[in-house]
Amino acid sequence: MGLKVPYVTSYLTEHCAEDDYVSLAGYEAKGGYRAAKKALGMAPQEVINLVKESGLQGRGGAGFSTGMKWSFMPQDSDRPKYLVCNADESEPGSFKDRLLLERTPHKMLEGILIAAWATGAEKTFIYVRGEYAFPADVVQRAIDEAYEKGILGPRCMGKSFAHDVVLMRGAGAYICGEETGLLESLEGKKGQPRKKPPFPAQYGAFGMPSTVNNVETFCHVPHIVDQGADWFRGFGTEKSPGTTLFGVSGHVVRPGLYELPLGTPLDEIIFEHAGGIPGGRKVKGVIPGGMSMPVLPAGQLDVPMANEYLRERQSMLGTGGIMVMDETTCMVRASCIITYFFRDESCGQCTQCREGTGWLNKIVNRLERGAGSEKDIDILVDVAGKMEGQTICAFADAAAWPVQGMIRHFRGDFEEHVRQQKCPFSGSFEL
Amino acid sequence: MVISEDTRAAIDSECAKYPQKRGGLLPAMHLVQKQLGHIAPETAVELAEIFDIRPVEVMEVLTFYNMFFSAPRGRHNVYVCTNLPCALRGSRTLLAQIESHLGIAAGETTEDGRISLGHEECLGACAYAPMLRVDETYHENLDLEKANQILDGLE
Repeated sequence: MGLKVPYVTSYLTEHCAEDDYVSLAGYEAKGGYRAAKKALGMAPQEVINLVKESGLQGRGGAGFSTGMKWSFMPQDSDRPKYLVCNADESEPGSFKDRLLLERTPHKMLEGILIAAWATGAEKTFIYVRGEYAFPADVVQRAIDEAYEKGILGPRCMGKSFAHDVVLMRGAGAYICGEETGLLESLEGKKGQPRKKPPFPAQYGAFGMPSTVNNVETFCHVPHIVDQGADWFRGFGTEKSPGTTLFGVSGHVVRPGLYELPLGTPLDEIIFEHAGGIPGGRKVKGVIPGGMSMPVLPAGQLDVPMANEYLRERQSMLGTGGIMVMDETTCMVRASCIITYFFRDESCGQCTQCREGTGWLNKIVNRLERGAGSEKDIDILVDVAGKMEGQTICAFADAAAWPVQGMIRHFRGDFEEHVRQQKCPFSGSFEL
Repeated sequence: MVISEDTRAAIDSECAKYPQKRGGLLPAMHLVQKQLGHIAPETAVELAEIFDIRPVEVMEVLTFYNMFFSAPRGRHNVYVCTNLPCALRGSRTLLAQIESHLGIAAGETTEDGRISLGHEECLGACAYAPMLRVDETYHENLDLEKANQILDGLE
């Protein structure tokens, strides 16, 4: 049974098992808002430089430098500037932001306030996925408390700096996790991603300069301001500093969250922390970073969990959602679920994605039924290759990569379905 | 007019939070659905008038998002997550068992109008699988017995 609080904690989740940490008083008792106070006494550019020096990378999937992103916001603009907190966590295998929303809402708000000061933003929109009703309530209560105590509002923490925070709930659409899809949704439209450029820093929410950061990204910021860039760089690898919240799911003894430094080897997370595979079975494959990221076979689990190492194995860290599949797993069945998801969630505006996701799903289903041919496997590779890099947003890549990964490492599973004209894995999970 | 005065007032205060009124559309649709259970095409027209946009623009939003309903539903919306992390821990078996317990397939509503059953994509509960979403509440770390107990307790 998965624990709701992390099995392993570090600075980010240190107090999250304590019930009163959710309240403003409880958060302040543990040093909360000390960093915001410090930041508001610094020049905005100093704060941006500090976050740049820390090497913090966005924790929402793309891993872009947070300080760099903030520096793209125009300095001498008379247009209003906005921040957007992406709390639309929807990547299958990811459930870390939910914990942070539910257990450390003030840490996120503190990170937001620091980012607002640094970028000169007057308002933050927190976009919480529609299904996260409880986390949204917790965050709204935290926002209300922060207003009552003057942390937010016309004079944040007594400074002549105004900042407002608005929480919006989504309504069930994976694509709204893509930052420009999110911006469209925020504006009351269907969440179809925008063409870039212009990037959000020039034309973002409601047409104004905007920066979109993930929940966890904001949560790292107070720690960096409080303890410094060098301290932060003491965690993780040289290129990927800090800890992150790994979410382990699937065939492990202790599925749950683990806050560990970036660069922790994948096999250490699975076997030492998450207790390995139940029933003494062997591992077959692991999706290392949420469903969009290509699977790794059993022989490659020594990889340190940081982008510079995962890229060498043709995968990525993504959102740190680790899905473990044991030796009973049929990788064609897993591919049926993966391709169905992307077919279902494609927003439909680009042909390659709208048509390609459907084709991938139909062909994989045909193979699973035992009605596929050897040629179908090649068609899958061909279709996936023609979706990649051809569309307005990265969704089509996210749909193509897992299929490519499955065939790269488990082509034998696909071929066996063709040979036997049925699924040969009778012990696999049910479809 | 089917949108109540209370809902209308709540919509207005949502809209005031955004630099453009239309930012309040998704919140407004949540509010309307809370009042009426679904957003019928006629209600969408009413919303369009409130927002001073064309009805098709509301319909676009209504049909794009999974959580908005254009037709009446059962009193409770029950979903089983069937995405990969949950499937690896038996959620599709659980869904089949729930279907036979309720006598309906996913996508259908019980005859007494009590439960609309569906399957959903990842709900962010991957380590606590299998799980159910009942209206706005998550129920996690389930087996069939626990799931049936929850379902049988719904009025």
